[in-house]
Amino acid sequence: MIPGQFEYHRPRTVSDAVSLLSRYGDDGRVIAGGHSLIPMMKMRLADPAHLIDLRDVAGLDGIEKSGDVITIGAMVTQAALIDSEVIAGALPILREAALLIADPQVRYCGTVGGNVANGDPGNDMPAVMIALGATYVLCGPDGEREADPRSYYEAPYFTARADDEVLTAIRVPVPPKGTGASYQKMKRKVGDYATAAAAAVLTVEGGKCTAAALALSNVGPTPLYVEEASNALVGTSVDAAAIEYVAAAAVGASDPVGDLRGPAEFRRHMAGVMTRRALEAALSRAQGG
Amino acid sequence: MAKTQITVTVNGKAVEALVEPRTLLIHLLREQLSLTGPHIGCDTSHCGACTVDVDGKSIKSCTMFAVQADGADILTIEGMAAADGTLHPLQEAFRQEHGLQCGYCTPGMIVRAYRLLQENPNPTDEEIRWGLSGNLCRCTGYQNIVKAVRAAAAVINQGKEAAE
Repeated sequence: MIPGQFEYHRPRTVSDAVSLLSRYGDDGRVIAGGHSLIPMMKMRLADPAHLIDLRDVAGLDGIEKSGDVITIGAMVTQAALIDSEVIAGALPILREAALLIADPQVRYCGTVGGNVANGDPGNDMPAVMIALGATYVLCGPDGEREADPRSYYEAPYFTARADDEVLTAIRVPVPPKGTGASYQKMKRKVGDYATAAAAAVLTVEGGKCTAAALALSNVGPTPLYVEEASNALVGTSVDAAAIEYVAAAAVGASDPVGDLRGPAEFRRHMAGVMTRRALEAALSRAQGG
Repeated sequence: MAKTQITVTVNGKAVEALVEPRTLLIHLLREQLSLTGPHIGCDTSHCGACTVDVDGKSIKSCTMFAVQADGADILTIEGMAAADGTLHPLQEAFRQEHGLQCGYCTPGMIVRAYRLLQENPNPTDEEIRWGLSGNLCRCTGYQNIVKAVRAAAAVINQGKEAAE
């Protein structure tokens, strides 16, 4: 399979990349690791006239902790995330999720920025970023702005990012002491997107939950933030009944299509199972287990 | 579309090539450079038959444009054996342990296993399986592939000890 023709650009700065996007509008596409975009171009599902490669743009591949915020550059690969000591120490859920993405070859190329930016509901990082309360940094002709992942995803491949903006970084707050987090993904085989997956982040103090967030991957047109039910965990001891309540809400929120991964009813059911497992694992980690 | 000149190092040799931006790395290797060791299997980034080493990373060359590899150092199965034809320990081990049946996945398996052993010289069987999880063997000969990688690791590690 051979993609359509395009012109290739290799800017060295974010502002040059933004200028190219401004010039070409809808005909321009940013390429990061390329492992979503190139397959789509080969199948002619994407046909950009101008491909703007971020690989030479300086300053996009760092992972830095500053105070209570960890900033992950958009070009950090899944492999680099897995190898990062900063991430393993402060945000192990990101390592857990990255290890469930694709396979070793794809993880050398695939980037965190591309995974969260492109709006594919099958991607794993968006639900994790929603649960962690992260912030996306978008750069456009008028400078930099922040976007909340909880409202970034509008429809499959449609996001709050404007055509002339580049997602340059993700800012993740370091969770407070007593926080546990887990990403649980059911998939048919290595490399597959989720049949259903859930990201849970829980903070527990003195036996009571003080903060909770749960989000789901690939069981709807966008990643789904199960906001009300996860907020209802606050003040509880996250006992079996509380977990069941959130699992039922996750099943209710899910709206998957039936496909090769299973009928819609099965995938909805699995959203509940993954929610239960993610909450139980997060709780056990929050309690130091 | 205008062609772009790129320079890559392939199996230790500097190579210049004219490519269209849409030329995939696997097509440059196979069709312009006549390196037909890397195979096109699924052509959809799943099977790993096209795996080559690019700047110290295992890459599915069906999912990278040749222009993206401009300036890169590339290793294919053709570059594994010594100049005198002595097989690399991984190649020798795949032969000894019957790590191949039809052979279609083998160039990708060996080049991927090479990088795996660079990063983890003494992997467990489980680490070998996870490390090779991006390479599919349609003959399902995984048992002997794992054995071959384990055997090659032992030979390479012995060689290192002897050299010390």
